[in-house]
Amino acid sequence: MNQLLRNYPEEVQRILAKYPADRKRSAIMPLLYLAQRKENYVARQALNDIAEICEVSSTDVASIVGFYTLYYDQPAGRYRMQVCTDMPCALRGAEKFLHELCERVGIKEGETTPDGLFTIEAVKCLAACHRAPMFQVQGDGGIAFHENQTVEIALAWMDEVRARVKAEKEAAA
Amino acid sequence: MSEHILLRHRDIANIDQLDVYLKHGGFEAFKKAVTTMQPADLINEVKSSGLRGRGGAGFPTGVKWSFLPTNLWPHYVVCNADESEPGTFKDREIMESNPFQFLEGLMIASFAVQANLSYVYLRGEFWQIAEMLDGKIAELEKAGLLGENILGTSYTLRLHTHLGAGAYICGEETALLESLEGKLGQPRLRPPFPAVYGLFGKPTVINNVETLTNLPPIVEKGAAWYKTLGTEKSPGVKIFSLSGCVNKPGNYELPLGATFRELIYTHGGGLAEGRTVKGIMPAGASSSIIKVTQDSLLDTRMDYEAVAAIGSQLGSASVIVLDDTVNMAWLVSKTVNFFKHESCGKCTPCREGTFWMNRLASRIAAGKAAPQDVDLLDDVAKQIAGKCLCALGEFSVMAVTTGISQFRADFDQFTAQPAQSPAEKPEPVSA
Ligand SMILES: Cc1cc2nc3c(=O)[nH]c(=O)nc-3n(C[C@H](O)[C@H](O)[C@H](O)COP(=O)(O)O)c2cc1C
Ligand code: SF4
Ligand code: FES
Repeated sequence: MNQLLRNYPEEVQRILAKYPADRKRSAIMPLLYLAQRKENYVARQALNDIAEICEVSSTDVASIVGFYTLYYDQPAGRYRMQVCTDMPCALRGAEKFLHELCERVGIKEGETTPDGLFTIEAVKCLAACHRAPMFQVQGDGGIAFHENQTVEIALAWMDEVRARVKAEKEAAA
Repeated sequence: MSEHILLRHRDIANIDQLDVYLKHGGFEAFKKAVTTMQPADLINEVKSSGLRGRGGAGFPTGVKWSFLPTNLWPHYVVCNADESEPGTFKDREIMESNPFQFLEGLMIASFAVQANLSYVYLRGEFWQIAEMLDGKIAELEKAGLLGENILGTSYTLRLHTHLGAGAYICGEETALLESLEGKLGQPRLRPPFPAVYGLFGKPTVINNVETLTNLPPIVEKGAAWYKTLGTEKSPGVKIFSLSGCVNKPGNYELPLGATFRELIYTHGGGLAEGRTVKGIMPAGASSSIIKVTQDSLLDTRMDYEAVAAIGSQLGSASVIVLDDTVNMAWLVSKTVNFFKHESCGKCTPCREGTFWMNRLASRIAAGKAAPQDVDLLDDVAKQIAGKCLCALGEFSVMAVTTGISQFRADFDQFTAQPAQSPAEKPEPVSA
């Protein structure tokens, strides 16, 4: 059973419709984003699902996951906070920002908070060099930019997320 | 500049809304092209405007279009919205804030080469922009400006967005095509060039976002008008992404040929109190560092020729300002780390070379290297140069060689102490 097709029938068709009928392989990347939407990583089953839809081998799909940095084959935090520490941002205090943020949160770069909500990572230029320090948040199937940051602003945002997730859990219980 | 040609949202509120864009002359150029011009005339008009590609290479846009063979079909236009060069953030502002002018440009380019299907390839981090553009494209379909029989003609055009997923190399046009075909983003061997064998093996034009955004005003006001802006060999306006050690980093739209001084001081608010310009990287992390040995260098004009004449490159005009507090050995360790991370691994000189440069440069910047390691780093860089399959490998050595040759003391400062243990020596890099 193809779970991706079952869970997102319309979206899969909408993606396939973007490319010529004999070029289904082009749909691999958008389908990987779809597969990653819920859990923020690509589960093994999804590789097979995508391979089936695009008429390629699951090894081909796995190699795409391996090559591109925004796809993950392992689960991490629900939200990946990716701080740009590339040169132009570093000239404007990004390395210090990352260091202090990690210290205040109590994890090291690359680690996930014990509640499983946040992974903090250092990444390369995100086309926001004029608004450093900045980070992007990958999660819930999308990516959002957080620019002109201070450690306080970032911590406040993390608190907001924690409160929202807690409220969601209580509502579901 | 009083009125912007590209960043029009700075003059006109809500120009990202279709009705506002239409009210300010939006899609008149596209209508003119589709209903009154032959594709060949359109290509000639863009040729005579002198417009050059804004993605980095500066290749004449109309000339590029004219390379597509007219006996091979279909044709495709692919917009390069990968924008991943450290220091570059202009395409993003265009798409976010003036999206219809950009889309109109893409539509004009598509009509010029008679493409019926065109793609916008965006870096994956531009997820929100892609969502927004999808909405705008749907609006244009509703308005009859996209789809079948546009404006009562026989011309059909559809646009789609496609997201990359975090790989700088996909900005290189052939790697981009591979990626769009669902493969690893690795450059193709050339020839054949994309104009003949591009997307899905068909003739393809690849143009940068900013290049395309220039087209509506050119078509509307004419090539002669466009040539009154900028310099003779670099006509028109350019968006300069200013970053680094300046008070007001950001995008500034200026005529090509404006000076560094004008950008940094008149628009960028100058440097922090007491600081001076030590160096400039005019094309992001890929450029040769300009050592500002004398104040008059700041009067260099920012056009393709003048920047090349002082030993650097204008590229996509991502001007990174380095003040006198910046140590160039540190800077080189940052740029080299970027290229090591982004090398696609397809060819040995770049894959191995960036690995070793990264190892050496980070040892130096950490104060753990011996003085001869600086020479070794320079050596490795020179072995990479000229041997790579694509320009990424060549870009990776620019800051290294120009950094060491012009700012040697910055490196020696870190190696003044005897090394704790000698660095490993890389094997010679061979192609
Ligand atoms: C490593 C590398 C990265 C590149 N990145 C970009 C990019 O992000 N955006 C872009 O438009 N061009 C980029 N280019 C240049 C493209 O290969 C190509 O020249 C350009 O998109 C052509 O469009 P234009 O003629 O309108 O400039 C890059 C080139 C190389 C070698
Ligand atoms: S030069 Fe580097 S990025 Fe370009 S093809 Fe070779 S390994 Fe890949
Ligand atoms: S260097 Fe950080 S966004 Fe460009």
